[in-house]
This record gives sequence, C-alpha cells and structure tokens, in this order.
Amino acid sequence: MSISSAHEFHYRTALGPLSRTAALLTLVGVMALLLADIEIISPEPGLELTRMGLGLLSPRIPDQYVFVEALLNTLSFAFQAMALATLIGFLLSLVYRLAVVRAFCAFIRGIHELFWALIFLQVMGLSTLTGVLALAIPYAGILAKIFGELFEEVSPQPRNNLLVADHISAFFYTTLPLAWRSLCAYCSYRFECMVRSSVILGFVGLPTLGFYLESALREGRYQEGAALLYVLLLLIATLRFWLRRALLPVYLLAAFLLLPPVVEVSWDGAWRFFTVDIVPAPLRNNSQAQLWSWLTLLWQQQLQPGVINTLILGMAALLVTAMFALLCFPLNSPHFVRGWSRRFGDAFLIIGRTLPEYLLAFVGLIVLGPSMLPALLALALHNGTIVAHLVGRFSESLSLRQDAVRGVNLYFYEVLPRMFRQFLALLLYRWEVIMRESAILGMLGFATLGFYIDSAFEEFRFDRAALLIICSALLNMLADALARYWRRRLHLNTTPETL
Amino acid sequence: MRLLTVLAALLTSLTFSFSTVAEGFRFTAIPDQDESQLQARFGKVARYLERELGVPVTYVPVKSYAAAVTAFRNNQVQLAWFGGLSGVKARDLVSGSRAIAQGYEDQFFKTYLIAHHSSGLLGQSTGDKFPKAIQGKTFTFGSKGSTSGRLMPEFYVRKHLGQAPDKAFDRVGFSGDHSRTIALVQSGAYAVGAVNYKVWERALADGKIDRNKVDVIWQTPAYPDYQWSVRGDVDQRFGAGFADRIQSVLLAIDDPELLEAFPRQSFVKADNDDYRPIRDTAVTIGLIDG
Repeated sequence: MSISSAHEFHYRTALGPLSRTAALLTLVGVMALLLADIEIISPEPGLELTRMGLGLLSPRIPDQYVFVEALLNTLSFAFQAMALATLIGFLLSLVYRLAVVRAFCAFIRGIHELFWALIFLQVMGLSTLTGVLALAIPYAGILAKIFGELFEEVSPQPRNNLLVADHISAFFYTTLPLAWRSLCAYCSYRFECMVRSSVILGFVGLPTLGFYLESALREGRYQEGAALLYVLLLLIATLRFWLRRALLPVYLLAAFLLLPPVVEVSWDGAWRFFTVDIVPAPLRNNSQAQLWSWLTLLWQQQLQPGVINTLILGMAALLVTAMFALLCFPLNSPHFVRGWSRRFGDAFLIIGRTLPEYLLAFVGLIVLGPSMLPALLALALHNGTIVAHLVGRFSESLSLRQDAVRGVNLYFYEVLPRMFRQFLALLLYRWEVIMRESAILGMLGFATLGFYIDSAFEEFRFDRAALLIICSALLNMLADALARYWRRRLHLNTTPETL
Repeated sequence: MRLLTVLAALLTSLTFSFSTVAEGFRFTAIPDQDESQLQARFGKVARYLERELGVPVTYVPVKSYAAAVTAFRNNQVQLAWFGGLSGVKARDLVSGSRAIAQGYEDQFFKTYLIAHHSSGLLGQSTGDKFPKAIQGKTFTFGSKGSTSGRLMPEFYVRKHLGQAPDKAFDRVGFSGDHSRTIALVQSGAYAVGAVNYKVWERALADGKIDRNKVDVIWQTPAYPDYQWSVRGDVDQRFGAGFADRIQSVLLAIDDPELLEAFPRQSFVKADNDDYRPIRDTAVTIGLIDG
C-alpha cells in the first residue's frame, strides 16, 4: 500500500461515520419503500378531494353546545394529564441515572397513548381517569427522559463549588434553577403535543374534539370537519397568548371541576383485567403444554407480519420525512426567503406540524384508499414539517460571506452541508416518534402492529393484545437505543427542548 | 377582574358534564352505521324509555363494537342494542345478563354481498349459489366485530372458497361500519363488500345508492342478529322486575316513527338460546374460543 493511498484511506474514515449513517438509513429506506404497498386505491380521489376542499372553504358548526363541550373536555384532559405527567416525570427524572428507571421510562413511553387508552377503557370504561392516565403515563416517560437529560447537562461548576450541602439542597439550589428555563420551555411545547393527543383520544370514544372530528370525516360531513379542524389549529396557534403561568392554577382547577377524575367502575374489574384477562389463554386454562403452539401461532399470524410492516412503514416514512424536510426547510430559512414569504412558508410548516399524523392518515385513507400510502404521507408531512421548521430556524445562526453564492448553489454547497449534522440529529430524534406512530396507525387499517392490537381488543383477547403491545414497546425501545447510540457516536447535539 | 371573568366562565362551564357521569339508567348501541342516524334513532328511544319506565334514561354513544361490549361489562350501561356476535360476547362476560327482545326481522336476518360495476360481477346472477368469481378481488368487511359485516360473510367465504379471507382475496379491509362499506364499494375502492341488508335497503330508499355503480350479487341464508340485552343486576339497582318491565316496554313499541328509525316492523321476544347458532359460528371461524 502506497503512502498516498493510506492517507486517502485515513481521510475517508475520518469523514465516514456521518455519511455512512445517512447512506445506511437511505438504503434501508429505499428498500422499505420498494416493499411497501403504496398504490392509490380510490378510483376517483379527485372527487373526494374537491368535496373536502369545499368543506374547508365553508366551515359550519351544527351544534354549538356539543362543540364547546368537546373543546372544554379536550382541554380538561390535557391539563389534568399534563399536571400528572409533569409530577411523575419530575420524580422519575431525579433517579434517571439508574438504568432500570431509564428502561422503565422508555417502556412506558414506547406504548402509544391510544394503546394506553384501549387498556384503560377495559379497566375503567369511558371515564375521565381513562383519558387522563392514557395521556399522562407515556408523557411521564417522555418528560422523565428530557428532565433527566437536562439535569445531566447542567454545568456542574456551581454544584462543585458548594462547600457543604447534602444532595437535596444541592439539587434545589444549583441544578434545578439552572435547568429551570429549559424545563419550562419544554413543558409548554409538550402541552401543545398534549392537546393534540387529547384530540386524538376522541377517535377511540372519549368525548374530545376527535370524537366529532372522526364521525364528521367518516360520514363526509366536511364542513363540520373543517370547523373542528380550525378550532384545533386556532387553539394551538393562540397557545402562547392564553397559556400563562399565573393562570395555570385556575385552568387546572377548572379542569378538575369540569371533569372530576372519578372512576365509577368496580375495582374487581380492574383486578380481573390484570390478573386474568391478560394472562395467555393456555396458562389461564391450565394447559401449559399448549403455550408454545399459542405463541407460535401468534407469531406467525400477527406478530411477525405486524412487526415487519411496522418496520417497513417506519423506515420508509423516515426516508420520505427526510426528503420532505430537506425540500421544505428553505421555506423558513432567512437565506432563501424573507419577509412575508418566509412568514407564509413557516405558517405552512407550522400547520403541518399542528395536524396529528393519526388525523392526516385518516383523511388520506378517505381520499387515497387503504394502501400504506396515506400512512406514509401523513408521517412524512407531520414529521417533515417539524424537522424543516427547526432546521430552517437553526439556519438563522449561519453567517454567510458577503460574496456567498445564491439559490441552488447556496443550498447544496453551503447551507445543506453546514446544517446536515443538525438535520440528522433532529431526524434521529423523530425516528422514535415515527416508529411509535407507524405501529399505532395500524388501528386505521394498515397492517402494522396497531391493526392486530385493535383486532385483539375487538375480539376481547386481551392476552394477545398485551403481548402485541409489549412487542410494540420493545420495538420502540430498540429504535430509541439505536438513535441514541448514533447520536453519541456521531457527536450530534441538539437542545432537547426543541423536540 | 380577569380572574373573575375566568371564574364566571368556569361556573357556567360546570353545567356541562361528562355524559357518562350522569346517574340513572343508561344504554348504548353498537355503532354499525352513520353516527348521525344513530343519534336520531336512539335519542327517540331514550325519550320513549324515560316516559315508560319513569327513570332518567341516557343514550351513551360509543366508537366501536368492543367499546359497547366493554361499557356493558363494566356496568356503565345496563341495556344495549347489540348485534348477534357482540351480544354473545357481552353476555359471556356478564353473568346473569340476557337477551330480552329482537326485531321481528332479526329472527331471519341476512347479509348482502355487494359489488362495484368495474368488477364485472354485476348482472350475472348466480341465484342462490355463492358467486365464486369474487375470489381474487378486493373485499371489505364492516366492523371487525360485526355479525352481518364480518362473522357471517367470513363464514360463507371460508365455506365456499375453502380459504381464509386474506388468502382468498387480493386485499381485505374492515370499513368500520355498514354505511362506510357501501360508500367504499360504490366508489370502487373495494370491488366487493359485505353489508347488513337493512342498512342497504335504508340507504337505497334514501337515494344514496346508484345501482349502476354498486348492486347486490348474493345474499346469505338467514341467521339471528340484533337484540336488546340487559344486565342481570338491574333488578337490584332499579327495583324488582325492572328487567321484565324493560322487556315489555320494548315489545310494546308500536310508534311507526320509532320502529322506522331502526328500521324494524316490530320487536319480539328473544332469549339467550336464540343466539346459540351465532356463538357456534364464531367458534368455528375462531373469533371466539370454544
């Protein structure tokens, strides 16, 4: 081997990991796209789309009473769940150093709030606590992780300079105040997500906006659907005006009075669910010998196809999300658009971000028919706009030379390469979310894990549902761990409060 | 001042409450078709029951067949309008519960297989014979837990095509309810669908169906379907003989407007044994463990 080629070799490996990771993800994404079932099945998508468009232009509220009630319910669930999640998340974050706590948090946030809702519907029926717990548990897992990581990142200097202090005082006088701002910023962002999740709970029967949104869209009453959609957008767009710290206790009190978190179901039922219903049928019937064939059948008929389809959808969606974000981030970047056009560009990105994937996929299903295409587009639109919005905003900090090139050259030779590291970091953060959502979208009929979980609940086979849900959580934990590994290895840092 | 406004808003909002927290007698129904129709139908039923039974009666709308069964199981509703299969499941889960009334037509209910004109299946009547030409087409059931939209059509597909639906068809979907099944097959998103014959005839009468686009190609043999089921413990809670009173009140419905909402010509007595064939069929195709 000559000296020069050895140099070259060294040079390549030094650049390697980042592009290799990107290339690997692209390759897997392309393979997933090839395997995915993405045809347009509806023969006349244009007709339905026109009707939807007309509906969007002429929103109508048929029953104001129902409307206001649904709105208040949506907010009440969100406030109560956020309070509970913050409390539990905070307590867990104090011991987040422990591997077992980290694993526990990853597990509870690996299960989507709709799956939690299906579980609690069995245990506590259509009650307030069902909605609150379904939202609070996964969010507690998310908040514990973010709080824990924020505490780790706080500068250790002030703490080390304390002369005498026990752990508790040190935490409250140094770590917590230093992390406080980020903590609050993150919580207010999470509350926005919580409102969206609360709306989506309506799709399984809780009395939030989603309950009426689902019926309106399914029955083609698009004027009503549009009105509900605008309320959701308005609610989130005006969040920073009405979500004031001083008013929080008032809101919370109102939420508790409006929907008291009471359960009116016997605890025997709950006990039976956890001790009998979710025990695998062969064990319940004392025929241990059949456990293996029960598992094999479940694996062959549901688990294996469910996991494979979830992976296919997730990986294909990750690639399309990436492409979409790369295409769209200039809409919010001062290096490409200015003034009103940037404001419009960013408004588009924010609207995309505000519409939950589940809702987008539901609409897509009506227009495009039941292939994986609507799910893929919904995931790409929602997550792509989030990533694009943030990459665009981060690109503000790039300072360009006076004589920098413009347009396409600027994009490909300067801005994109300089933003790529941050872009990849954001994308890897979104990966876990995309996997979670890929599984849940199955509830709409795509053949991912959610489809089989929904079927198991419909058939009252909670033992199957439990096993499938655990598997979907494990899949998420795997994606999370892999993303974390890559971020560490590639030295990708982003401030977590932005996600 | 602002605080006062908020508090005032809060107090007025207290008048709203979560429907299921309300006390009194509650019932639900499987969401087998357009929700707006269900609201209209069961709103009338609630007012009728309230008048006849002398207790406050609330209709609790739910989003899935399973949710209706769960509400019954958890005693959040005491009475329900179930399909054949959901009724069997619900009564399996609540001991002492019983079927008390069914529609006259529910004694010999049937499922229509409907097809889109592009499938080439329209107009070639096979009479009573199962149209085997549907093999390899796309096919949509109704809800996963439906009797007329899932259980019976799947049974006959397996019987005549000798395969599970996902093997026999190019693509299998679950539309969620009968109205949606009709819409999906009418638009051509699926070539063939299985639909409750009553919902089909209602949609036909309402002018929602273009028979040049979608039409019936086959009907199943008769089977027992929808019924009112009541929990066994209502007598304890609402007084002795309450279940029997509900039964006689339901059987006495003769208001044409109310019957038309279902649509059934009248209600007749039913008991749990009437649904044994449904249970056996569900066990046969593996929807219930024997």
